Amino acid sequence: MIAALRTPRGLATAAILLVLAVLPLLTQAFDQRYLLSIGTRIVIWSIAAVSLNMILGYGGLVSFGHAVFFGIGGYAVGILSANGLHSGWLQWPVAIAASVLWAALVGALSLRTRGLYFIMITLAFAQLVFYVSAGLEAYGADDGLNISRSRFPGLIDLRDKASFYWLCFVLLLGTLWFCSRFANSRFGFVLRGAKSNDQRMMALGFPVFRYRLTAFILSGAFGGLAGILLANEGAYVSPAMMSWVKSGDLIVIVVLGGMGTLFGPLYGTIAFFVLEESLKPLLDLGRKGWGEYWQIVFGPMLVLIALYARGGIDSLLGRRRG
Amino acid sequence: MDYLLIQMLNGVQLGLLMFLLAAGLTLTFGIMDLVNLAHGSLYMMGAYLAWTLIGVTDSFFLGALLALPATFLLGVVVEAVVMRRLYARDHLDQVLATFGLILFFNELVRAVWGPAGKSIAVPAFLAHTVEILPGVLYPAYRFAIIVVGALVALFLAWLVARTRLGMLIRAGASNRRMIAALGVNIELLFSLVFGLGAVFAGLAGLMAAPISSVKIGMGDDILILAFVIIVIGGIGSIKGAFVAAMVVGQIDIVGRAFLPDFLKTFMSSAAASSAAPAISQVLVYVLMAGVLVWRPTGLFGQRT
Repeated sequence: MIAALRTPRGLATAAILLVLAVLPLLTQAFDQRYLLSIGTRIVIWSIAAVSLNMILGYGGLVSFGHAVFFGIGGYAVGILSANGLHSGWLQWPVAIAASVLWAALVGALSLRTRGLYFIMITLAFAQLVFYVSAGLEAYGADDGLNISRSRFPGLIDLRDKASFYWLCFVLLLGTLWFCSRFANSRFGFVLRGAKSNDQRMMALGFPVFRYRLTAFILSGAFGGLAGILLANEGAYVSPAMMSWVKSGDLIVIVVLGGMGTLFGPLYGTIAFFVLEESLKPLLDLGRKGWGEYWQIVFGPMLVLIALYARGGIDSLLGRRRG
Repeated sequence: MDYLLIQMLNGVQLGLLMFLLAAGLTLTFGIMDLVNLAHGSLYMMGAYLAWTLIGVTDSFFLGALLALPATFLLGVVVEAVVMRRLYARDHLDQVLATFGLILFFNELVRAVWGPAGKSIAVPAFLAHTVEILPGVLYPAYRFAIIVVGALVALFLAWLVARTRLGMLIRAGASNRRMIAALGVNIELLFSLVFGLGAVFAGLAGLMAAPISSVKIGMGDDILILAFVIIVIGGIGSIKGAFVAAMVVGQIDIVGRAFLPDFLKTFMSSAAASSAAPAISQVLVYVLMAGVLVWRPTGLFGQRT
């Protein structure tokens, strides 16, 4: 534990977690409420990115539809809430169960395929849910749905920004803990083995398909959790939260941070949000109004990252042991 | 009956537009092993370039004709600057880089042409209806799209099956390294194929413009459908792309046209008209899932 702090990676990670842990106190002290809402979104997106990393980073499976779990988790909460069922004890398990079921269905079909087919099928299934949600006239269709936040009477009030942030942060820690157990278990090693050579793993007698399907379902469950939180953060759900661009953003985040590393998705999410929030004012400095076009700079940056920076931010923090 | 015929023609027209997009996509994937998400951006750029050139030349025909070499050039430049470096990379890098290109092109269009959509008027010489069958009228412009689309499809079939370039394309799709080893200038071939794909995408974009509108991100939704089409048809197969595009076009249009009436038999008419487009989209994806369960490499894909 102490030894880990001596490496740049350990130090950076400890510093980030420390800042995240006390963020509501900091934003209150400096009276920057806006930063707390960005912080909350960073934590929620980190949970989603960690969950995508389980299949993308450790499993090598390029799922281009991960934002669909934002939508499924979010809409499960939203639809129950619109029907007068506000208890989080009901909403959250239902939302996770829905995510698990959808992940099982999509995984069972898409994991039969490889390469581009896999990418496109995961994307297509995500679009399917997107269009279904956009066609739900009773639940706001394209415009989305304002909801009231999940209720946990006597335990926590999600309307309080700081409490909600800390809840998200604790859930992020839980997700990271689970991911580290996952990655370093026998299960995780089989999955990583299948990433580098699935034929060999099959020849060794591992049922690779079942391992991957299990990973896909776990990933979906945590993705659904992020969706629940995202819906509660804005008290709002809409098809836009699962647009394919969000799925692309999640892939960008995982690659930017460092695929197949425990904290990579966390670094990636922070870098992504910091880039977004800082490119706008930076470009505005050049000329008023340019900030709006920040993606003109961000797009080519992605191209460069894809071409030259495969290890992501994690690899900047020194070589990995083992 | 007439209504059904007209809707089916609309389906053919949409299918041909998607085929133009899918053909370039399936070629670049089949030959260069490149996942090009930015193909939809070329579709969008084709429409915007045509809008500008039509404004400059004051003629739909001339503007459209000039927009084609312009998109070809754009395609060749994009290939030389970015794509060429991606061929040897894995799919994830390609997805990431071309996703970056989409963001770039969408914002570029916003910066250059502004956030509001543009419209291209149907050219005067096609702004009437034709009588396709006694008593059945059909807009001449849509009919022209079908004619042009069919001609391009025939041209492509001829190009791929009967010419030396087509032979190289087919050879490249089955074994890239072998044709490079045989002394074919593979860089030139790749540039040409990419440029060709860009022209088809641009053509589809500018032909679609008078029917829908020229707007930012217009290529993204249709791109996903084009991907669904090449996955159903089998990656690398022009024939597969054609068959799948026709089927998807019919499902989409006929679904939109007839589902509302069917749904109204058991739900309110407002709910039916909002659910119908969603259901016809869903049907397309269900078709894809079904095809892949049955044949994981698509209808005409190569077994590996």
